Amino acid sequence: MTRVAVLKGGRSLERQVSLKSGARVQDALHRLGHDVVAIDVGHDLVTRLRDAEPEVAFVALHGRDGEDGTVQELLEALAIPYTGSGVSACIRCADKVIAKHHMRDADIPTPDFFAFNETAFKELGAADALPAIEERLGFPLVVKPAGQGSALGIQFASSVKDVAGALVAAFSYGDKVLLERHIRGRDLAVSVLDGAALPVVEAVPAEEAFYDFEARYEIGRTSFVCPAELPAGTTERAHELALHVWEVLGCRGFARIDLMLGEETGELTVLEANAIPGMTETSLLPQAADAAGIGFDELIDRIVRLAHL
Amino acid sequence: MTIDDRDARKTAEPRSMTSAPGPRQTSRDLERYAALFAARTKVMKSSAMRDLMALTERDDIISLAGGLPDTSSFPAESFAAIMGSVAVDSTARSLQYGPTEGLTVLKNCIAEVMAEEGMTVDADDVLVTSGGQQVIDLVCKTLIDPGDVIIAEAPTYPGAVPTFCSYQAEVIQIGLDEDGMRIDELEQTLERLDAEGRRPKFIYTVPTFQNPGGTTMSLPRRRRLVEVVRERELLVLEDNPYGLLRYEGDPLPTLYALEGGDFVIYLGTFSKILSPGVRLGWSVGPRPVLEKMNIGKQASDLCSSSLTQLFVAAYFDSGRWQDYVHSLKEIYRRRRDVMLDALADCLGHECSWTHPRGGLFIWVTLPDYIDTTDLLALALDEHVAFVPGRAAFLDGRGASSMRLNFSGVGEADIREGVRRIGEVVREQIDLYGTLTGSHRVVERPAEPVPAEPDAELADVLHLPPAPGGSGIRGRAGGSDMRG
Repeated sequence: MTRVAVLKGGRSLERQVSLKSGARVQDALHRLGHDVVAIDVGHDLVTRLRDAEPEVAFVALHGRDGEDGTVQELLEALAIPYTGSGVSACIRCADKVIAKHHMRDADIPTPDFFAFNETAFKELGAADALPAIEERLGFPLVVKPAGQGSALGIQFASSVKDVAGALVAAFSYGDKVLLERHIRGRDLAVSVLDGAALPVVEAVPAEEAFYDFEARYEIGRTSFVCPAELPAGTTERAHELALHVWEVLGCRGFARIDLMLGEETGELTVLEANAIPGMTETSLLPQAADAAGIGFDELIDRIVRLAHL
Repeated sequence: MTIDDRDARKTAEPRSMTSAPGPRQTSRDLERYAALFAARTKVMKSSAMRDLMALTERDDIISLAGGLPDTSSFPAESFAAIMGSVAVDSTARSLQYGPTEGLTVLKNCIAEVMAEEGMTVDADDVLVTSGGQQVIDLVCKTLIDPGDVIIAEAPTYPGAVPTFCSYQAEVIQIGLDEDGMRIDELEQTLERLDAEGRRPKFIYTVPTFQNPGGTTMSLPRRRRLVEVVRERELLVLEDNPYGLLRYEGDPLPTLYALEGGDFVIYLGTFSKILSPGVRLGWSVGPRPVLEKMNIGKQASDLCSSSLTQLFVAAYFDSGRWQDYVHSLKEIYRRRRDVMLDALADCLGHECSWTHPRGGLFIWVTLPDYIDTTDLLALALDEHVAFVPGRAAFLDGRGASSMRLNFSGVGEADIREGVRRIGEVVREQIDLYGTLTGSHRVVERPAEPVPAEPDAELADVLHLPPAPGGSGIRGRAGGSDMRG
């Protein structure tokens, strides 16, 4: 029996998802016979951790603070072993722009992109460069906040007149955004557990053209196929790419790598890596683990055993 | 370091994924629930909006998002005295089930409230419900098969959206202006439906101090609507939670009063004139419809709370309910004025808003390139919240509007909340200006240059762009925002 503090909730926009992930993790930890302390992360986090004296912290936070290395840094300072990736990998994963640069430097295919801070537009006249960017990336293009873990704030611009509005919307979620070439194709995810790739999950949107934030966390809105029905070579390549990303970004414990399989090209490209993928009923990591014969409890058990400082 | 190297060695088998035996829960077990869900759950929408709205309840947020009446002004001594009298005089009765249609003592109070608004009803014809929301649910339960048409206003009450969705209705939303629902547009829509051989099951309207629009249906439109439904024998669900909360102008007759109750199902509630905590609303309307609703209510919850029904009856016995409503009106009128002043101070000429003569809400419309769902993320960083306009539409419209509530927070917070909203809006307008500056020609629909926001002009409801506009994403709304 281990005393495990489950860190969940917090103040990010993904609070509700995190509460769902956390609740499921707690249930599993109880079933595994651990002593569980649930902590809704807030101002008193350090005090509560000191009081609880956990042997392990299970970080079930998503988004700002929880997934970007902040809480991990605190846990390092308090010398509490924690689940998932370390501080530097969290920083690399949480910022899509940093992650994409690492991928590009390592020759991992990722859609072409340009990224800017708000100051680039306000003080350096970056708007004047937009036509050139649009020409390079083509339409439709995708505009994303660099730091949002979920699909919140992701916008499509189908023509020049949508770009400014899409940027304004994306800047609502943070001060850095990226404009990315849109890859039409199939939405795939490879979860990695302890350096081993799990079966590929394909997300098939039920109705809308876009796999949105709602559908992603709501049963019945998106159907998931796992293992995804792909040619053997494609599955192998997806696994290879995911493990390469895992290595390049320095992930530990578990992670989820999102990819697109281009409809026209048949090529795989990597969109992003999630250091703390969801653990909800509809989350992809638990589904992938299940397809590999690893039940939810065993998954949680393994993740806890991989906790580190 | 792993936390337990011994155990890790024992179980970790990298790259060979074997399953553990035993009764452990797998995600497939959970997936099974999904297979059991009814088809109607597939159209229960808006978890993103719900998730965002959940953040607005943090205690460090000035929330202009809720639709809460101010219950803090209810005197604690009165509350204690009334509760005491219920406890002493009606112990067994208040702890017991009651009739599905409600206790007669309460129905007499309802008749009194309706008389206050110019309606004469027999207490026997009243169906007591668990809040006004249950009336919406029971009307749908009684009338709606999957695919049936409901006509609503655009924007409509956000809390009705999940109800309509859960009965798999097709909702057609009719535009709203400063005189309420556009009856000409309604008639055109009815013609079109007629041509398709379809007939709406009912028309849902909040004619007085509309939620979220803040506008009121004019008397000519009320008359015309009544004529239309009589000619076509259509049902109207008149949702009237705010009628008694009028801060200026003369009261208008309700649709029920004008029509007489053959085609109007009336929805009333104690939530805004006394307390939403008592969870008591009511309906009157055509007897055959009400009888079916009664059976539907029996299936839902047998009866509403006897305890709160007796509480309300005892409260009415004390004879001061009108005084309390009057005191609420004074508080809300001031708060409305503070909010209108703050909006004029903090929002530029690119923005417009309604000037409600009563009720709880102001509907604000921003430039069309601002999406208020995204803006809410920015606003939450500034510790202020509102309801994004999409919540009031089922068709993706409403993206650049927001609903603000002025009844639930004090005057200082209203001022500060609106100031913060003004700041984030200004930020986005400036950014958009930078992005589309002189070097970048962007096709935008030509808009008339609005004048300074005087009261006249501000009292106009600007409708959001039609669906299929610039945004590709559809974030249908619907949240628990009974206002």
